[in-house]
Amino acid sequence: MAERSNRIIVTVVGHDRTGIIAETSRVLADAGVNIVDISQTLLGEFFVMILLADIAHARLDLDALKVRLHAKADELGLKIEAQHEDVFKFMHRV
Amino acid sequence: MRSVHFEPEEILETVQMVQMENLDIRTITMGISLRDCAHPQLAQSAQRAYDKICRYAQQLVKVGDQLEREYGIPIINRRISVTPIALVAESSAGDDYVAMAQALDRAASTVGVNFIGGFSALVHKGLTHGDRILIDSLPQALAVTERVCASINVASTKAGINMTAVGRMGDVILACAKATADRDGVGCAKLVVFCNAVEDNPFMAGAFHGIGEPECVINVGVSGPGAVLSAVRRAPQADLGELAAIIKRTAFKITRMGELIGRRASERLGVPFGIVDLSLAPTPAQGDSVAQILEAMGLERVGTHGSTAALAMLNDAVKKGGAMASSHVGGLSGAFIPVSEDIGMIEAAEAGTLTLDKLEAMTCVCSVGLDMIAVPGDTPAATLAAIIADEAAIGMINRKTTAVRIIPAPGKKVGDFVEFGGLLGRAPVMAVHRESSQAFVERGGRIPAPIQALNN
Repeated sequence: MAERSNRIIVTVVGHDRTGIIAETSRVLADAGVNIVDISQTLLGEFFVMILLADIAHARLDLDALKVRLHAKADELGLKIEAQHEDVFKFMHRV
Repeated sequence: MRSVHFEPEEILETVQMVQMENLDIRTITMGISLRDCAHPQLAQSAQRAYDKICRYAQQLVKVGDQLEREYGIPIINRRISVTPIALVAESSAGDDYVAMAQALDRAASTVGVNFIGGFSALVHKGLTHGDRILIDSLPQALAVTERVCASINVASTKAGINMTAVGRMGDVILACAKATADRDGVGCAKLVVFCNAVEDNPFMAGAFHGIGEPECVINVGVSGPGAVLSAVRRAPQADLGELAAIIKRTAFKITRMGELIGRRASERLGVPFGIVDLSLAPTPAQGDSVAQILEAMGLERVGTHGSTAALAMLNDAVKKGGAMASSHVGGLSGAFIPVSEDIGMIEAAEAGTLTLDKLEAMTCVCSVGLDMIAVPGDTPAATLAAIIADEAAIGMINRKTTAVRIIPAPGKKVGDFVEFGGLLGRAPVMAVHRESSQAFVERGGRIPAPIQALNN
């Protein structure tokens, strides 16, 4: 695992409503975060959106970005988390 | 999510493990050799130890905090283990090592770690001059310090059991309880008596930096009873073979997090990565209990018949899953069953289902031993020593690490509680047998190394 990525995975979980993608993307765009991939699905009754994003050229570090995402999550009544991609690589890919 | 090949279920599983199931890294422990800190004067030796620990560990807490935020995995503790102090302080004049314990305590406080382990001696074959002074210093050292943890290795499969040292530890444990009587005998909660102690254990209170270890090293202890508990609860119909497979898969994932954090911590601190310890370490938090895993397997309450079998299966599955997930597995690596730090164990002990005898049986199949057990304050020293001897015998014969961390709670009797708070938790005072073991303990000498030792 020599390569170092600057990619994070943002998960958004909650009840579906209009504007989730728009609002979340705006927070990321304002911070200079590039969205690499996006997927959404319904798991049970929950709307789940997963964003893969690159923070190499972001104007905020991950800590500050998380603060903004959490604030947006509270506003929208959702749960939004952001974690380094390696967490998922290590847990699910060997 | 084609570009990274993660399925949404996988992503959510990880998020759920962290947010709902208390998945965390229990500890990043930096091992530091103090072998070069010996000096004819104890004050000088203590100063050297203080300076070296502060120098090596100054970034430890900061890096731990960084990794926690970046990866979104809670890292509960940052800790330090050092060379057994009996080896370091032995060159110094003086008849107690309390000043050294105080220097360790100050260093821990300066760098911001909550525990520092290694006020230790290895006496499984016999005591040197320094070992004797260290053991004599324990009651005061553990009373006047807050963060220092001590351990004494009294037995091994290769050497047998040093019963003279075991007998002495019965007295010392009582003295430690007495010296901290105003705090429910908390001194005893920071003192572990081992058989087959390991050199790279990151978990307190038994961590020390063994003599075969490098100058400095990072060891990681994972946790995750909550994640295993949830996985077991989701499979009420699985037979035990299927259940073992489920536990293995979960243990694998938990351990991978330890491997990730260990590698990154090692890179950022510029210190070699030692091992991941696969132990399932419970906390007093609801849902973070090893006992509740056994109950989810189908036992009405832990301590009833079947508990040993369930624990054996759990412990083995955790090891099998974890061993595949890490390049270097070490430490204690198994399921811990500390009474005071596990809500399910506390309840079972309180209800009387879990007795000391059943706990002893369970320690035959798990790491590590009789851990955080409170017994009546008037328990005789010989009885404490005999409890240690029994546990050491289990370790010696089964070629495994066993330990005793027992608190004869001053002024308390069966049914009372001791309260330590925080990670040390609270424990009901459990009954011990009243019949005396004194004549046996007073024989002293060594129980010879068992036939298992002759494997060359």
